Amino acid sequence: MNMVEENKEFWRWSEKVWRDETMDWQGSESITAGIDVGSVSSQAVVMVDGKVYAYHSTRTGSSSPSSAHKALDGALEGSDLTLEDVHYVVGTGYGRVNVPFANRAITEISCHARGANFMAGPSIRTILDMGGQDCKVMRCDENGKVQNFIMNDKCAAGTGRGMEVIADALGVPIEDIGSRSFETDGRPPVVSNVCTVFAKSEATALLKAGWSVNNVLASYCAAMADRVAGLIERIGVEPEFFITGGIAKNEGVVNRVEGIIGVRAIPLDESTNLDPQIAGALGAAVFAQALLKKERKKATHQG
Amino acid sequence: MITAGIDVGSKNIHVVILRDEELVGRWVVASGFEQAEAAWRALEGAAGDAGITVEDVDYTVGTGVGRKSVDFVDHRVTEIAADARGAYRLIPDARTVIDVGADEARAIRIDETGKVLDFAVNEKCAAGAGVFVEAMSRALEVSLQEFGEMSARSKESIPMNAQCTVFAESEVVSLIHNNVPKHDIAKACHDAMAGRVAAMARRAGLEEEKVVLGGGVALNMGFVKALQETLSIGEITVLPDPEFLGALGAAIIGAEKGAGTTAGLGKQPQGA
Repeated sequence: MNMVEENKEFWRWSEKVWRDETMDWQGSESITAGIDVGSVSSQAVVMVDGKVYAYHSTRTGSSSPSSAHKALDGALEGSDLTLEDVHYVVGTGYGRVNVPFANRAITEISCHARGANFMAGPSIRTILDMGGQDCKVMRCDENGKVQNFIMNDKCAAGTGRGMEVIADALGVPIEDIGSRSFETDGRPPVVSNVCTVFAKSEATALLKAGWSVNNVLASYCAAMADRVAGLIERIGVEPEFFITGGIAKNEGVVNRVEGIIGVRAIPLDESTNLDPQIAGALGAAVFAQALLKKERKKATHQG
Repeated sequence: MITAGIDVGSKNIHVVILRDEELVGRWVVASGFEQAEAAWRALEGAAGDAGITVEDVDYTVGTGVGRKSVDFVDHRVTEIAADARGAYRLIPDARTVIDVGADEARAIRIDETGKVLDFAVNEKCAAGAGVFVEAMSRALEVSLQEFGEMSARSKESIPMNAQCTVFAESEVVSLIHNNVPKHDIAKACHDAMAGRVAAMARRAGLEEEKVVLGGGVALNMGFVKALQETLSIGEITVLPDPEFLGALGAAIIGAEKGAGTTAGLGKQPQGA
């Protein structure tokens, strides 16, 4: 196993690379890739015969095509597998139409549901995905097919971006927000859960008024949880429940959301070595496996 | 009789002093974190501007979002009441009053006697308030003054996809990356904001004759032009010294309230 991590800024999740070194891809039948070009981060998942071979999570740059390349190059770095060996590529996410080497683009709604189904099993019925610039709740069937969804992509409050603004304003690395939000003294102040711009000035005023950083973090995790729970309740939650996206790694928000809706999220099995942030790219790679099979079948029929 | 109107806004505190309903002094200070103390300094500044001392003021009226934190005033009124009264005094045939401040915007419909008929407020979202243009001018790295002026020069209409201030900042950055001229980006920002303010004005029941504009954002000619185009009405009258609208209205209400009473200045804030 190969793990490289770096940490430069407060507000972004560290870049992450993982590869299954035990897997021999040579002689395999289907090699596919899913590329999720998100507004803040981009991920690539490479799948060999229905199993995850490698993945990489990186920052999205100013150009979607180069971010897509960067994500895949990172996943394949140090491996003898190259883009030429990949049979089918599906692009997803906000920049999905700009993945130059993709055979097809599929919406992130479909891909997240399919990825969650792969990660946590066919019993998953409700998925909360908290991404960089949007937050969505999907209801799906046992095949990971979406039945209904609801999303907020108009307002930064209740999205990863809202949390990043707070992380930056308070100078706390985004990885630490969840745990620190439970290390409080007394009852944290109640803050508004609406505008991120106002939340930032409110946070500064609270610090100035003598509240500790941890207390203010607790307030914002609670406000975000409240906002997200409202979105979940609008569509209804049916167990099993699973959370994907960067915020899935923030227990300060996750625990509070679970408390409000009264349903616990299925924890991600650590032995899979997967990361909730790659759900979209993973779903795209799973779709690519199915599409590749379909295409080959068609080719044999025609041939 | 000398009255003072103190408008405690989220960003600035404005004070207007009237002597027998004639404007004799005004002052502005940043709100900061200690609003009561800042309000007292603003009042002192305005008194100095009027050539009097704070003790000479007979009656004080507080308004604005932070009015409750100011304990030394004789009376408090809402921003709606203050804006309506101030605008009616300045332009008696005003029927729609729009006030766009730093964190908040309001539209108020008044009748021919200055009475408030209806109003709408935007206080939950930064888009549609002054902070929106400030954030966008920062993203473009130009001063607020330049931002307004360059926008008025633009002939292009580029739609902005983002409504949220936070997302709009990233959109501005990608427009810069795509080499869109700065003045066209500035116009896109003002158009987006004007759209929000216009929607709010319509919620209050926009009365086209006559629309007057107050609040600090009224000093931004790019915004005024965009609002005029969005509302597609003949002309919006920008009130004189628009940022003092609330304070003026409060001082006028003070003159009416305080007439015949002997109320003096309340206690000073602690530490002032």
